[in-house]
Amino acid sequence: MAYGLSEGTLAVSPMLQFSQVSFSYQQRSILKDFSLQIDKGEFVSVIGPSGVGKSTLFHLANGLLQPDAGQIMLGDNGESNLLGKVGYMPQKDLLLPWRTVLENAALPLEIKGMKQEAAYRQVREQLPIFGLEGWADAYPEQLSGGMRQRVSLLRATLTGSQLLLLDEPFSALDGITKMEMQEWLLSLWRQLGITVLLITHDIEEAILLADRVLVLKAAPVQEAVEVPVSLGRPREGRLRYDPAFLAIREQIWDILTDAINAAGERGRRA
Amino acid sequence: MNPKNAKGTARWFLSSMALFLIMWEGICRGFSIPAFILPPPSDVFRSLWDIREQLFGIHLWVTLREALLGLLLAILFGIGLSMAMTFSRIVERLVYPYLVISQTIPIIALSPIFILWFGYDLSGKIAVTVLFTFFPIVVSLYDGLRHTDPDMVNLLRTMGATQKQIFWKLQIPSSLPHFFSGLKVAATYSVAGATIGEWLGSSAGLGYFARRASGNFQAPALFASVVLLSLMGILLFWLVSLLEKRYFKTNDHIQK
Ligand SMILES: Nc1ncnc2c1ncn2[C@@H]1O[C@H](COP(=O)(O)OP(=O)(O)OP(=O)(O)O)[C@@H](O)[C@H]1O
Ligand SMILES: [Mg+2]
Repeated sequence: MAYGLSEGTLAVSPMLQFSQVSFSYQQRSILKDFSLQIDKGEFVSVIGPSGVGKSTLFHLANGLLQPDAGQIMLGDNGESNLLGKVGYMPQKDLLLPWRTVLENAALPLEIKGMKQEAAYRQVREQLPIFGLEGWADAYPEQLSGGMRQRVSLLRATLTGSQLLLLDEPFSALDGITKMEMQEWLLSLWRQLGITVLLITHDIEEAILLADRVLVLKAAPVQEAVEVPVSLGRPREGRLRYDPAFLAIREQIWDILTDAINAAGERGRRA
Repeated sequence: MNPKNAKGTARWFLSSMALFLIMWEGICRGFSIPAFILPPPSDVFRSLWDIREQLFGIHLWVTLREALLGLLLAILFGIGLSMAMTFSRIVERLVYPYLVISQTIPIIALSPIFILWFGYDLSGKIAVTVLFTFFPIVVSLYDGLRHTDPDMVNLLRTMGATQKQIFWKLQIPSSLPHFFSGLKVAATYSVAGATIGEWLGSSAGLGYFARRASGNFQAPALFASVVLLSLMGILLFWLVSLLEKRYFKTNDHIQK
């Protein structure tokens, strides 16, 4: 990848690889001969119209769905049994209503067989960072949508996986909290050296966070349109007004409107 | 329900009950209805007092024991079968259609057969009670296990959870509300089951007593035993509700 070479120091090795993957639900073809490589340590955003298959892409990458053809591999040695190896934050928060915040977040640790005490201690340490201090014993129904998302994000990070798949993690947050969480996610990414793949509907968010943005135009997706984000790091919110940023934004915007128009035309012809 | 509300409900219930008894008494006296058809409540309560030694000394306990043992066995069988169906596709395929059918047949009609098979002693009554209570328990529990949110199951799978972990951490907790509503139904059915078992042949128990009283046209005694049977049903229902509340005492954070 160009970004890796330009930095010059990192040896690039793949974290996640799709090679010629095809997938369809009964009638509906989502991916067709689709290839993609995400490198270790990368932060990649995925954007695209609703229903194009973004969440499906994640379900393939975390092992919940199997490709009809092609291969999906994790890490250098090409691990292909993916269940249990990828940290996944689903689009719906999916907190268990009978568990408290603490118990919900501890779930992945519990499943790995960690002792309850140790698991709770680890969760408690993280709560303040996620703005959940004092909410350990609250139940999901007592939380706002944004807080629930943060619990769900905390739970995903606690899987301890090298690859995090985040499906619209900040969609329910207000502007300021969203910015805080974005900055927090970037610092986590930097500190842990993990790889993050993030789905969003927010073009600015996609650019602000990522090394590159993948735009999925229309199903079936054969190729993601790749938009490199050559902005320096660390990044700040103010970057949104930077001409370079605005140029990238316009570029993505054009690709997306182009996709929508094309879809409209196909619809008219049909 | 908050306590204030509960108090209000109780007050309304007691007043309507009192009104009902007064009207019943009034109608019996006003229209001089023969006591062997409809005894006034005062007669029923007097009879309850007169034969208290028989009722509370033996018959009540016999019936209660049958109901509780039957209910307990039905719970054990119910849990066993629902687990077997959850873990094995083959068992599910074999058994599930019959569970559905069992909802539509009048199980009371099967009771004599059960008595025939299990005998006229305690085991026969327990068998009939199990027959009555097993289906509501197993159907509700299995439905609860099956209707666990598939997205949640998938999320646990991405964490590497085994089927066993998914069962204990997800399916069991999400089936509990269903289980308790089935158990409440089963608790009241258990009294009916024990009573019918006793009707079909017995030498003790409230069902036996009621049948004998009805044979002898002792309407007040019959009504007295029916009152006790109803109270027993209410008591068991209340006990299960209590258990349910205890379980979910933190609040109702459970998906309904
Ligand atoms: N289990 C399923 N069975 C059949 N079709 C499905 C299933 N899940 C999703 N689809 C269809 O596949 C397409 C892609 O769905 P997906 O959820 O991946 O879209 P998405 O890009 O994540 O959309 P959004 O932005 O709205 O979340 C949609 O048309 C959807 O209707
Ligand atoms: Mg989606």
